[in-house]
Amino acid sequence: MALITRTAGALHRRPRLRLTLLLTAPLLWLAVLYLGSLSVLFVSAFWTTNSFTSEVVKVWSTDNFHELFTVPVFRQVILRSIGVALAVTVLCAVIAFPLAFYTARVAKPRWRPLLVVAILTPLWASYLVKVYAWRLILSEGGLADWMLKPFGLSGPGYGLPATVLTLTYLWLPYMILPIHTALEQLPANLLDASADLGARGWRTFRSVVLPMVLPSVAAGSVFTFSLSLGDYITVQIVGGKTQLIGNLVYSNIELNLPMAAALGTVPVVVIVLYLLAMRRTGALSSL
Amino acid sequence: MQLSRSARIALRVAAGFGFVVIYVPLLLVLVNSLNPDRSASWPPSGLTVHWWSVAWDNSGAREALWTSVKAGLGANPVALALGTLIAFAVARHRFFGRNAISFVVVLPIALPGIVTGIALNSAFSTVLEPLGVGLGLFTVVVGHATFCIVVVFNNVVARLRRTSGSFEEAAMDLGANTFRAFADVTFPLVRSALFAGGLLAFALSFDEIVVTTFTAGPGVETLPIWIFNNMTRPQQAPVVNVVAAVLVLLSVIPIYVAQRLSADTATGSRV
Repeated sequence: MALITRTAGALHRRPRLRLTLLLTAPLLWLAVLYLGSLSVLFVSAFWTTNSFTSEVVKVWSTDNFHELFTVPVFRQVILRSIGVALAVTVLCAVIAFPLAFYTARVAKPRWRPLLVVAILTPLWASYLVKVYAWRLILSEGGLADWMLKPFGLSGPGYGLPATVLTLTYLWLPYMILPIHTALEQLPANLLDASADLGARGWRTFRSVVLPMVLPSVAAGSVFTFSLSLGDYITVQIVGGKTQLIGNLVYSNIELNLPMAAALGTVPVVVIVLYLLAMRRTGALSSL
Repeated sequence: MQLSRSARIALRVAAGFGFVVIYVPLLLVLVNSLNPDRSASWPPSGLTVHWWSVAWDNSGAREALWTSVKAGLGANPVALALGTLIAFAVARHRFFGRNAISFVVVLPIALPGIVTGIALNSAFSTVLEPLGVGLGLFTVVVGHATFCIVVVFNNVVARLRRTSGSFEEAAMDLGANTFRAFADVTFPLVRSALFAGGLLAFALSFDEIVVTTFTAGPGVETLPIWIFNNMTRPQQAPVVNVVAAVLVLLSVIPIYVAQRLSADTATGSRV
């Protein structure tokens, strides 16, 4: 008992000791295990592989990065991946805005919390199950074909459009929620003031609502963009023969780990650049 | 904001359409699990619960479910402990590198899963394997714990920011020592945040496929990996349909718990 009291006293008097005790275990885990592995991975991007034995040659060289920028296939895949991530982000924003506007401003206040739950529910459903659902929808003779048949059309099948569609579906809630929150917090008197000054609905929307909500769109886009850029599972399931960066990394792991590591730095660098660009919009403070 | 009648109607229609798009795929998975055919063509030729009993007897799916539960339960205490420790350090202390720590915590889920996956994979195989610890359930738990720390951290730190340290100070003024103040004041304040964080961490671990792919040994198959491996096998389609349907139904549980949790606590929790 006396020991406990003494320890408690010591802890209370010495905040530094308290801090050290709090941080030792988590820092060992995150810094040593996680950052350690990450740095080894990034260093290994500068190693090469013996093309006969697939053994890693630990000699510093920038060959992998040189290859990354000169081999046309790599360049195409990188650009395609960035294009997919941007397309998904734009689609998410376009679909999310009216939905969030409805849940935050048009629906009866009594219904709003329920609608938010309705948006959140699919977020909890398994990633893989959602991709599987789209695999079913887009399959030959599936729901998409069945719905488009009366118009003499057929569904997009598996491929690049299917990938964009599925990724949009997956990350949509990440876009709706921040926009909903921003619209909900929009002070009503600003809108009244705009109306008093003679602005009609559309003008108020363009000059008042949109500028105040854009940072939240940017915040949502951080998720939609980076989650799409790193994905390779969805592409494998609904993408047909489409290749994105993730697939290239995946296919290089066994035979050429240094190349896989170099390819892996691409999404990381692009995401960091994207974050820096978004920081200018003030989006990151509302994350 | 004064919306014109037509704008209101347009928004209502757009939102209705949005909700339909959100829910149709999930409903389709449920209906498809009752489809008597092996192929997924629409519309189904009838409804049957036959495949549910077949799925129930499928040992592969059951084992995978069990492996997922074990991985989640293994990663949870680690994530809870480490996430809470960092949350207390960041919320209650000012020190050099505080922002860097909050950044590092987010990194494992901010970076693409495949980057985290190969980093851990190469670290495990170069460091652990020579020590006689091969890739297996243990390494899956370590990997999951690493990216689950952030959700616990987020929940606890949000709660700590809303409850100032003055409660603890008051307890200490009244004679409680550090441990007593923690047990009687601090812990009850953060309890529901811990619970919410743990729930989220479990859900995240249960759903994770990429990091699992790279940290699991040959014989270790979690439920997402099992689904992925069996998704393209026509023979297994009916069982995959049922497993997918079960996962859709199970996803209602965390929503329900989260709702109850925020109704129970005065401060509300950010799930």
